[in-house]
Amino acid sequence: MIPAPFAYTRPSTIEEALQAIADGGEDVKVLAGGQSLIPVMRLRLAAPETLVDLTRVAELRGVREDGDMLVIGAMTTHADVLTDPLLAQYGQLIVQATETVADRQVRRRGTFGGALAHADPAGDLPAVALALDAEFVLAGPGGRRTVPATDFFVDYLTTALDEGELLVEIRVPKLGEGWGVRYEKFNRVAQAWSIVAVAAAVRREDGRIAEARIGLTNMGPTPLRASATEAALVGVDVSMETVTAAAAQAAEGTSPSNDLNAQADYRQHLAQVLTRRAVAAAVGL
Amino acid sequence: MTQINVRVDGSSYTDDVEPRTLLVHYLREQLGKVGTVVGCDTSNCGACTVHLDGQAVKSCTVFAVQADGCQVTTIEGVATGEGESATLHPVQRAFHEMHGLQCGFCTPGMIMASIDLLKENPDPSDEEVREGIEGNLCRCTGYQNIVRAVRQAAAEMSGKAADDPQAQPAAVDTAAADHVAAQA
Repeated sequence: MIPAPFAYTRPSTIEEALQAIADGGEDVKVLAGGQSLIPVMRLRLAAPETLVDLTRVAELRGVREDGDMLVIGAMTTHADVLTDPLLAQYGQLIVQATETVADRQVRRRGTFGGALAHADPAGDLPAVALALDAEFVLAGPGGRRTVPATDFFVDYLTTALDEGELLVEIRVPKLGEGWGVRYEKFNRVAQAWSIVAVAAAVRREDGRIAEARIGLTNMGPTPLRASATEAALVGVDVSMETVTAAAAQAAEGTSPSNDLNAQADYRQHLAQVLTRRAVAAAVGL
Repeated sequence: MTQINVRVDGSSYTDDVEPRTLLVHYLREQLGKVGTVVGCDTSNCGACTVHLDGQAVKSCTVFAVQADGCQVTTIEGVATGEGESATLHPVQRAFHEMHGLQCGFCTPGMIMASIDLLKENPDPSDEEVREGIEGNLCRCTGYQNIVRAVRQAAAEMSGKAADDPQAQPAAVDTAAADHVAAQA
């Protein structure tokens, strides 16, 4: 189908983009890579009055270092993520999850920031951002503010972005020496959404687990942390027994949906299995 | 209406389009590039794959206005030469030789995605081919000969002789039952 008519603007700076959003009327949508928004518009599930296309805002695209953080521009495409040298060195969890996003063509257009702002609970990147305690830098008419990942994801397809605001960059800690990571995704066919997926980053120190960060994809209306498992892992010896015992708590506090792909109890089972696999792989078992 | 300037398959065009016009509809309906087809309504099938500034994209999920100032290559622009004397692209030729199609509807997108894959990975394994074209759906072939075709093209493009005995179309391509085959 063909989308409903809309007014189109294509700013080339963040300033111009914010102005275009302010001037766009009642129902403005920001177009990043468009790989979720355009299909939704084609199905007429969305019919915005104005579309503000960010693809020519060069300052929103790219990855840079800032001390012990990586700063990822919101319009950095998934394909950019897969070939970026800084992410290859310090952002392997993001790279692994991005490799599983949709397919080659979609990864060429789709963006890191767009996927996060869309906040689909079945999307792969929100859980990764949450596991990494990413910081979201939002620009608005009144200046910039930084929102932690725990506050950014509010509800199903809903974020802390206010009207008139734009996600400009995402800051994540560099994971260097001692860290191991793994994104474990379960789906049925090529290019399908995750039924459940688990993002794990684990730091080892002298044969013990010093720190564990585990994000869950599609286990509720927002991405979640497997807090009980994280706590259970800290200080334990690295072994399959300790990892399995801790992973058994991965579904605690989750409220996954029932849908055509899976019932809630099956999703909770999957969360435990995938957490065990992800943590084991992350620590090199 | 918004004016766009695009270069498609080597020719420059200046056209007025509605912002909501999808790139695939612009290519087919305004430029007559009907080699690029629409196979689904959900951005899944990949039949409409073209190259936008050298990168494979699904042209049903890009607005024509977004191609302003860009180069677009469709399936109609990958062969060299014109008409009778045209030389097919090695990937086109391999799909022909390896019988990498049945109804052929997915083929333009398969070829455009495969060219993009081979640019990045000139010698993919079977598994890498399957992953590389996961954005393209074929409902006829079961993909076996498509994978053979892409690997055959890879061998040809890298100058290696395609003497791999595996590089043959599957011996039996049709599943016609004996009583039907006997009528042939």
